[in-house]
Formats: sequence, structure tokens, C-alpha cells
Amino acid sequence: MSVDDVGELDTASQAASTFGTNVTTTYDAKPTSRVLWVDRFLTFIRFVFILVISVGLLAFIAQQINPQNPFAQWINPDATGLTAAQFKGLLVTGLAQGAMYGLIALGYSMVYGVLGFINFAHGEVFMVGAMSGMITSNKLADAGLWEDAFLFCLLFIVVSSIVLSTATAVIMERIAYRPLRGAPRLIPLITSIGVSFFLQNVSVVLLGPGAKSYPALPSWLSQKRSLIGFQIEGTKLVVLLTAAVSMAGLWYLVERTKTGKAMRAVAEDKEIAALMGIDVNRIIVTTFAVGGAMAGVAGILWGILFRSVIHTTGFLPGIKAFSAAVVGGIGNLGGAMAGGLSLGAAEATAPLMLLEPLGVDGVSQLRDAVAFAVLIFVLLVRPSGLFGERLSEDERA
Amino acid sequence: MTENQVPLLEFRGINTHYGAVHILKDVDLSIFAGELVCLLGGNASGKSTTLKTLLGMVTPTTGDVVLDGEIVTHRSTSYRVERGVTMVPENRRLFKRLSVRENLELGAYLRTDRDGIANDLERVFEMFPRVKERLNQKSGTLSGGEQQMVAVGRALMSNPRVLLMDEPSMGLAPALVQTNFELIQQIHEEGVAIFIVEQNANMALSIADRGWVLQTGKVVLDDSAEALLANPELRASYLGESGNR
Repeated sequence: MSVDDVGELDTASQAASTFGTNVTTTYDAKPTSRVLWVDRFLTFIRFVFILVISVGLLAFIAQQINPQNPFAQWINPDATGLTAAQFKGLLVTGLAQGAMYGLIALGYSMVYGVLGFINFAHGEVFMVGAMSGMITSNKLADAGLWEDAFLFCLLFIVVSSIVLSTATAVIMERIAYRPLRGAPRLIPLITSIGVSFFLQNVSVVLLGPGAKSYPALPSWLSQKRSLIGFQIEGTKLVVLLTAAVSMAGLWYLVERTKTGKAMRAVAEDKEIAALMGIDVNRIIVTTFAVGGAMAGVAGILWGILFRSVIHTTGFLPGIKAFSAAVVGGIGNLGGAMAGGLSLGAAEATAPLMLLEPLGVDGVSQLRDAVAFAVLIFVLLVRPSGLFGERLSEDERA
Repeated sequence: MTENQVPLLEFRGINTHYGAVHILKDVDLSIFAGELVCLLGGNASGKSTTLKTLLGMVTPTTGDVVLDGEIVTHRSTSYRVERGVTMVPENRRLFKRLSVRENLELGAYLRTDRDGIANDLERVFEMFPRVKERLNQKSGTLSGGEQQMVAVGRALMSNPRVLLMDEPSMGLAPALVQTNFELIQQIHEEGVAIFIVEQNANMALSIADRGWVLQTGKVVLDDSAEALLANPELRASYLGESGNR
């Protein structure tokens, strides 16, 4: 390189920066000069969403105040409205399910944070947890321990489910994803769909295609008890408590331990993390393991809430948990939990609070539609999710 | 430097390929304990590959990397970091979403001696009082100069015997470049060997004991800093005729 070269380089970089500013200005100018029909359409959709939500809520409030008022009569004369007790019941049910979605969502979010791809087989890890809980709980019930020492049994099935789900997630990473580490992100994504089908089929081969049930829960657990003005079934209380404990444990691991620090470092910059002496592969495995453990806990919660599992159990909760992770801001752990809770609460209450007042038929069948409408709405209004950071261009890659 | 000593870090006939592309060609380097040396070279001369090979992020096709008499060519990065090699990366590359404290703690990731870590943390605070003030702030919110302090502090937290510095003056304001080089000298005075990889030849040579010039993967000049500064060829190509670049 000669002196002249250096000079040229400088001019070249100056030229590049001038060019850069030109490019930015043109980009900035574009949207104001020409609005694409797609943008108009999206604005329209946003408007419709907000309209449905506000009119539905207004009609609901109108009905609650006075069922005979003309506005409510005009919108839907047959609406029955909700009593306070019904509303609280729906909310608690929604939150219990939402806590379960949140626990699954953590796995999606953590793996996305570290590897930048969506592990669609994560729903099946959850299914494996639910299946393992089904097997162990029935064995314990046969041994006559289920009724007598329920809390011990619960602990036992949670631990064994965590072990099995963690093992599934770790083996999955080692066999299916690690060989594809350098590949474009679409490839592990498609692989994860394959892994998902594989795990479902393994379940069919090992346990048969029919639905299998958990033993009946002890009656003292299913009783309702009142707590700060809410009538809560014991099962839902157990679900909420277990989720809270798991989340607290995860928070401690990620924010307060050396491993957690290493996980966050790897999520941000693998090369520099390796330079610090962090074994990046080990941390990635740990991430899968922790996500798997959370899914295992969620599997047991599913078993307690619904008492029935089948090989496709992982699919819908998995997709909803993924939505919850996106709603909360993918890669953000608190966001995943908040996303899960709000999605659960929304799908439980929105059909009766928004759709029934609007005169939609068969609202109780529309839970899933509501859940995905929430996803679409959040993506339209705040694409980075409720708690997501805005990604810079190079981070988005 | 004393010739009969065993070098702390050594390249013995290193050849590196990326696929079919031959990057480093028979490179021999040796860094002795407590030395301050620099590697100069333009773009695409193989400077980054040299650093990656030293750290074990790239494995050479032939030749050996020797750390304190032990061949570490096929050892992992963490193995080498544990034995006293570390790097301040180009553009600092802090973990921006982590706090300053966490960044510093990650520098000591492989260490288990709590007292030693606490001592080194104090040493970093002494060197950079500013860092102590910002301890609980996310490192992404710091200014460029402060980030440079944290990056150097993070590297020192591993208690290195040899500190590799990739383009330390890159992306810093001119006033900071001077401070930065003074800082490097200060660390050097504490007995840490320093290996600077730079394009800013003048500044690097003004503080270094020895230097090499790398051109398209070959070491073309290997001499003392004074000799290199006086070398007419180098003056012409790197320093500018007046030597003020």
C-alpha cells in the first residue's frame, strides 16, 4: 500500500459515507411520497381490530350496567353478560393456562435468544413431559400413593418429567441441531418441524395412538377455596404456584449465576463469549436443557389441568406458547411469561367479554381464534412484542 | 530481549488456509515475557487470522502454536485463555446488554480464585476510576472511551501473561488514541507482555520494543522498533514520508 493508496482509501470512505446518507434520505423520503396498498391494508386491519375491541368492550360495559339499555339491545339482545364470580373464574382459568403457556414459551424464547431460530419441536418436548407424568402418576396411583401422599407424588412426577424432557431436548440439540449450526437459519427451522413429527410418532409407537388419562386428583385438591376475593380451585392454585416457583428458579439461574451470565453472553456474541473462555457448545446445551425442564414442568401442569394426553397434545399449546413468546417479545424471558399470562387471560375472557356482546355465535368455541388474533394484533401494533427491544439492522440479520 | 529465554508465545512455521485460499505463509513469531511487540499490516494482510490462530479460533494447516514451551496448536480457546493469553478485540465488542460489572466478571470466567479476582477488580478500578462509577450500568450505554476502558479491564480480569490487542486505535477519537497508547504502556509496565496488531504504525512503533510487518500473509520485515521506524520502505508505505500519519 502506498501513500496514494491511503489517500484514495480516505476519499473512498468519504464517498461511501456521502453515498450512505443519500441512500438513507431516499429511504426516508419514500414512505411519505408513496403509500403502498399493503400499508393501507395493514392500517385498515389495525383499525378493524381496535374497532372490534372498543365496540365489544363498550357493549359489554353497557350490558353490565343495564341489560335493557338501547345500545346493548341494538348490538346483541340475547347477550347474558357475566357475573363477577364468573369473570373471576374465567380469569383464574385463563391465568392458570397462561402460566403453562408461559413456561413453554420460555423454551422458545431462550433457544431463539441463543441460536436465533425457532425450535418448533419444543411443543413435543412439552408433550413428552405430559406423557412421562401420565406414566409415573398412573404407576403411583396403582401403588396407592397418589391419594395418600399427593404432594410427594406431584414432586416425584415433576422431577421425573423434568429429567425426561431435559434429556429429550439435549439429545435433540446434539443430533438434529448442532450439525446444522453453521447452516442458514431456515434449515434448522425445517429440521425442527421434522423432529416434531418424529417425536409424535415415537409417542404413538411406544404408547399407542389413543388418549390416555391421568388418575383422578384427590378431592381435597379440586375443592374451591377463597383467596383474596377469588374462588380458586386447588388445582389451579397448584398450577400457578408451580409456575411461579419455576419462573423464580429460572430468573435466579439466568440473572444471578455464572452459568446464566455465560448464557446471556453467548446470546449476545458467541465469538467474544468463547474468547472469555466460555464453552459455547456447553452453554447452548444448557439452554436447551433448561428450556426442556420448563416444558417438562408445563407438561405436568397440563396433566393436572386437563388430565388427558395424546401424542398431538404438544401441537396447539406449543403454537400458542410460541405466540406468547412473540407477544412478550421473543428472546425476553420476563416477556415470555407475561405473554403467556396475557394470552391465557385473553383467550379465556375475550370470547365472553368482546365477542358475545357483539353477537358472535358459539363464542366458547373461539378460544383459539382469540389467541391467534391477539398474536396478529400485537404483531401489527408492536412488531417487537410487548417487552421486546427494537433490534438494530445487523442484529435482526 | 534475552535470546536464551523460552518465548511465552510462539508461531513456528504457521500456514493457514481458508478453503483453498492460503492466508498465512510460513509465519514465525515469538513474544517473550514482558515484551511489547507489534504486528503491522494493511487490510487483508492476515493480521486477524494471526490473532485467531494465536487464540485457537482458527487451526493452522501446518506449523505449531507454542505457549510457554507447550504445543497448543490443537487446544481450545479456553485452554489458552486459562494459561494466560487473552485479547482486547477490535471495536471493543463488549456485551452491551450486560452491566459493566458482568462484563468484567466474564473476563474472569475461567478463574476460581475469589481473592485474586477481587484484587484484579480493584486493580481495574484503580486504573479506571470511571469504570467503578458505571459499574451497574449496561455497557452499551457507555461512551466509546469508557467502553475501551471496560474492554481493557475485561481482558485484564483474566490475569493474562500476554495481552493481544486488535487495532486498539480503531474507532476512537484522536485524543483517545494517545490516552489509549499510554494505557497500553502502563499495563506493559506491570509486567504483561503485549502484542499489538495495528494499522497505525507510527503510534504502535513509538511504544513497541520490536515489530513485524505482514504483507499478504508473509512476514516481510522483522526488526526492532527503532529500525522499523527508520526503515525507508516502511516509511514510504505506512508512515507517510513525513512520518505524521
